[in-house]
Parts: sequence; structure tokens; C-alpha cells
Amino acid sequence: MYAYDQYDQAMVDARVEEFRDQARRRLEGKLTEDQFKPLRLMNGLYLQLHAYMLRVAIPYGTLDSRQMHALADIADKYDRGYGHFTTRQNIQYNWIKLEDAADILADLAKVEMHAIQTSGNCIRNISSDHFAGAAADEIVDPRPYAELLRQWSSFHPEFSYLPRKFKIAVIASETDRAAMRLHDIGINIVKNDAGELGAAFYVGGGMGRTPMIAPCINPFVPLDQLVTYAEACLRVYNRYGRRDNKYKARIKILVHELGAEEYTRQVEQEFEHLLDQGVEPPLAELDRIRTFFDDPLFDTRAAYEIDRSDPDFALWVDRNTVPHKADGYVSAVISLKPVGGIPGDATAEQMRLMADLAKDYSFDELRVMHTQNIVLPHVRKADLHALWTALEEAGLGSPNLDTVEDIIACPGLDYCSLANARSIPIAQRISERFAKTGKTGTLGQLKLKISGCINACGHHHAGHIGILGVDRKGVENYQLLLGGSEAEDVSLAKITGPGFDEHGIVDAVETVTTVYENERQDGERFVDTYRRIGMNPFKEALYG
Amino acid sequence: MRLLTGNDLKTGAVTWWTGSDWSIHIEDAVDVTGSEDEIARSEEAARRVNVPYAVDAELHEGNPRPSHIKERVRALGPTVRPDLTLKPADPEIGNWVI
Repeated sequence: MYAYDQYDQAMVDARVEEFRDQARRRLEGKLTEDQFKPLRLMNGLYLQLHAYMLRVAIPYGTLDSRQMHALADIADKYDRGYGHFTTRQNIQYNWIKLEDAADILADLAKVEMHAIQTSGNCIRNISSDHFAGAAADEIVDPRPYAELLRQWSSFHPEFSYLPRKFKIAVIASETDRAAMRLHDIGINIVKNDAGELGAAFYVGGGMGRTPMIAPCINPFVPLDQLVTYAEACLRVYNRYGRRDNKYKARIKILVHELGAEEYTRQVEQEFEHLLDQGVEPPLAELDRIRTFFDDPLFDTRAAYEIDRSDPDFALWVDRNTVPHKADGYVSAVISLKPVGGIPGDATAEQMRLMADLAKDYSFDELRVMHTQNIVLPHVRKADLHALWTALEEAGLGSPNLDTVEDIIACPGLDYCSLANARSIPIAQRISERFAKTGKTGTLGQLKLKISGCINACGHHHAGHIGILGVDRKGVENYQLLLGGSEAEDVSLAKITGPGFDEHGIVDAVETVTTVYENERQDGERFVDTYRRIGMNPFKEALYG
Repeated sequence: MRLLTGNDLKTGAVTWWTGSDWSIHIEDAVDVTGSEDEIARSEEAARRVNVPYAVDAELHEGNPRPSHIKERVRALGPTVRPDLTLKPADPEIGNWVI
């Protein structure tokens, strides 16, 4: 994985000292909160319901055991012994003191991490496929391109004050595991008929209060023009994106209002202008970056067979491991969704264990999934039982990847100052309900996503089943949505009808799964059945 | 009644105006109806609290209870982590919040 060079390290170290001075001046009263707020937000420090919250960037979700240990140490030393892995492959700490914040950033800098651009109207952490570099179906590892874009976007002077925040995802396979088309820019590395690599650009996607699926504005940008094309996309947005209304300021609104064709025309015009401006970094830099993502030395004699005599182990293997490009290997998913647990939360002890297991079994590498689980990307099949045994002992062996228990949930009203309703208790009750009824396995792939407000951090628009918490005169109420997907079959979910209270929404989820069980045809997932039979049978069952 | 609340500048902890100081315990909060703006200004200037604001509340079994659920969650802590709330031993605490 990528290692900082002297410039990366110098930039991060300088930012730590700059923030230390800013925090000191705030504590001494030399800065007002209005003056300080944009400065702390540029360093990922929010003020949430109970305390300051620090969001730490994990570029394209990749980290090593040393970094995971550092995250665990921060949880113990400065927080309350746990962290929360987010839907953008980052980690958040919920109980941070302002007087500690600069020290935390200094600790992060020692392991080549930071919280820069995890907030504010700038280009945020670049996300990617959590199986990058391991997936059997990828064309190429997308992370070198994500890293190139990370370097381009870090402290980019022109794009530090965009009309609104800006999120980029990079993938390199037909299977979309990064919600690519629901980003401001989604980039898919593709191969043309001549066998050359290029980038398909999808621009203007997003969730929030106005969900949109990004249209493809260019199916093949040569990779030696990748940064220039991204710059052109941003320039047009920066010039014409609305700044008068924050609810209409995202690029999806601009693309929608201009129309994809006109937006594309303007991007192409800007691109032509930029081509001879020296925007693109030399290919040598991409080559330098690429060397950090070379394959590890896979054991070519690794055993293929797995002893499946233990049924619990076999179930975990079936559900929580995915094919790997190297023979004898799989990617193993560590579920952070125990039944009744808090999606995405991990204690410091669990983080340390995951770090140690990565070192022992996965070439020292971990990934954070946007679905709030952790991946060990390169595990020998021969090591799976030992890995599973260690996970089971730590409460990390839940065999529920992509099932109804594998719920995305934002922090909701339990932590977030923007939320209108709690998300986590709903997730807990749903997972408990389905675990109790034993239906988790029979329902197959079922992606359930919960947001505590319209900002949609819990991706409810993209859930096969989505839940949106709203405030009804001071009382929590939950809308049910069906039919969304953030994968390659991307679609936006539709609301079923009137909302439910916190108990009713759990019953409602069970009701729609019963409709699915009764109506499904061979091999259909929940979302397939919904698309075939439509909303009415579900509405009939819910509302009579 | 109206309560004045904010976050401690150094720690970010939720605090409530007691009439002379700030407390993390909502049962110490006093009614500030009519004087909330003046107190907020002077306390923020004194850097004892961050972004103070007033919230509506009612008396509940003799103690103040914010009218809105968001402020009740702020007052005690996340409902999903009873070990981290200010009254972890109270089995009825969920009823107070919800």
C-alpha cells in the first residue's frame, strides 16, 4: 500500500502544527466559534450531540495493521474505547475533547494518517472497491488512480471552497461495490476494444434530499488525461454550481438543471482548454504510485480445499468470503454487525485483534467497506479456520454478509446533530427479529439501509429495503422504501406510503419480506421480485 | 420553561445553566425564561460554554425534561449505549428519553 514520501509527510505535519495553533487560539478566546468552526471542520472536527466528533480519513478504505493499532490506541487514549466505521470508509470518534484534538492529529500523522478534507466544501476522501487488488473480476487495481486523485485533490487551491462537498469513487470492475454512480464523480476504469485502459466518467450522482444516479458523460478518458478531465469536471461545477442555496448546491443539481449533454459539452470545452496547461502529472508519478500496490507474494502452492466439517465455519465461509484473483486465496469479511449490535462500531480490543489477524493472515492489509464491515483482502483458504476461530472468540464471526442482518445505519439521533430520528435501535431490533425467526438465511441477499435524516448517510435511497427516520412533531417516525440498489443494477428506492413508529417499522420490514417469500421465483433476490411484481403487493400487505 | 444549554468549550460535553454555573446534569438546570439571550452572551464571552442556546422544557416528576427528543438524547447520552449515559443504572431511562 501507499507510503508517504517527504512531501506527504511534511504537508500533514505542517497541518498538525497549524491546527494546534488554531485550537490554542480558540481556547484562549482569540478566535470566536464562528471563526474557528470552518478551521476545525477542515480538520474533520465536528461538534455533535454529546461532544466533538473527529472523522479520520482512510484513503480508499485501505490501511495496515500499524494504522489500525493507532486507531485503537486513539480510541483508548482520547475517546471511550471504541470507534465507528462509516459509510465512506472512514472512522469517527464520538467523544473527543478540543484540548486533545491536535495531539490526536499528531498521533495520526506518525502513522501516515490525517483528518484533512473529511469535512467542508472540498473534495473528500476518495473511496473505492473494498476488494481492490484482490477481486477476481477486476480489470486492474483501481487504488493507484484513487491515490493519484487523492494527491491531486489534497489542498487543491481552486477546489477548497466548492459550492458544496464533493465525493469521488473509483472502481475497476463491472460489479460496483462502491456505490460508484451515487457519487459526485464516479470513475470506472475500463478496457476498450484495443485493450487499452481508460476511465469512464459518471458525474452528478448522489443521495441526500435529492437522490440522483450519475449519467455517463464520457465512456473512455485515456488514463494519461485522467486528472485533467477530473479538473475540467470540477471547474465547470465550481464556476456554475449554485452557492445561494445549500440544498441545490451539489453538482447533481447542476448536471440535472443543465442537462447531462450541456454539462458534458462544457466539460469537454474546458478539457480542451486544460490539455496544454500542464495539469496532468507526469506518468512517472503514476508509475511511482503503482509500485506501492504491487501484488503481495502469494503462495502459489496454497491449498484449495477447505475442511467444511464444522457447519458453523462452513456457513461463515459461504457467506463471508468472496473469490480472489489468486488461486488458493479468498477475501474474508469481518462483520461489524453482530445481532443486536451497533453497525460499524468496533472496540479498541477488536481493532487490535483485526490488526493482528491482518498481519498474520492477510499480508498486513485491511480494508474498510462502505457497508461498515472490515475486509482482510488476501487470506489463504488454508488459514480460514484459524482466522474464523479467532474472530468467533472476539464476537466478530457473524456469518451475515449481504443478509438482512448486514444493515447500514448512520449514527442517527443517538449521536448526530443533524438527525431527526434514531437509526441504530431500529437496526438492532431488525437484526434481532430476523435472527430470532431464523429467516436471515432463507431471505438471501437483502440490503437494508437506514438513515436518521434526509441527508441519507445511511444510503436509504439505495437499499433493497430503505428506512428514513423523520421528525413528526417531535416524535420519531420511519418511512419505508423499497427497490433501491447502489450496485451495478443501480436504482433509487420508492416510498411505500405513510410512515411507522419505531415498533411498527420492524413489523413492516418483516411484512415486506413475507410478501417476497410468497412471491419470489427461482433465484430471485428481494429486489428482483420487487422489480418484477411492483410496489402494489407490498403496499397491500402493509396498509390493506 | 426554558433551559439554557451548550457544550463545554474544552471538552465538548453537554452542559446546562444552573443559575450561576454550568452542569452536565440536567436536573441542575434552571428556568431562564426572559434572560436566556443575556446569559448566553456573557457566558460565551467568558469562554465557559460553546454556542449556548435555549430549549423548551417541562417539569417531569420535579425535574426539567426538554420538550424535544434531540435535547433529551443530548441530556443523557446515546440511548444505545446505556453504559455511557449519565444514569447508567436507571432501567427506566429509555422512557425518560422517548
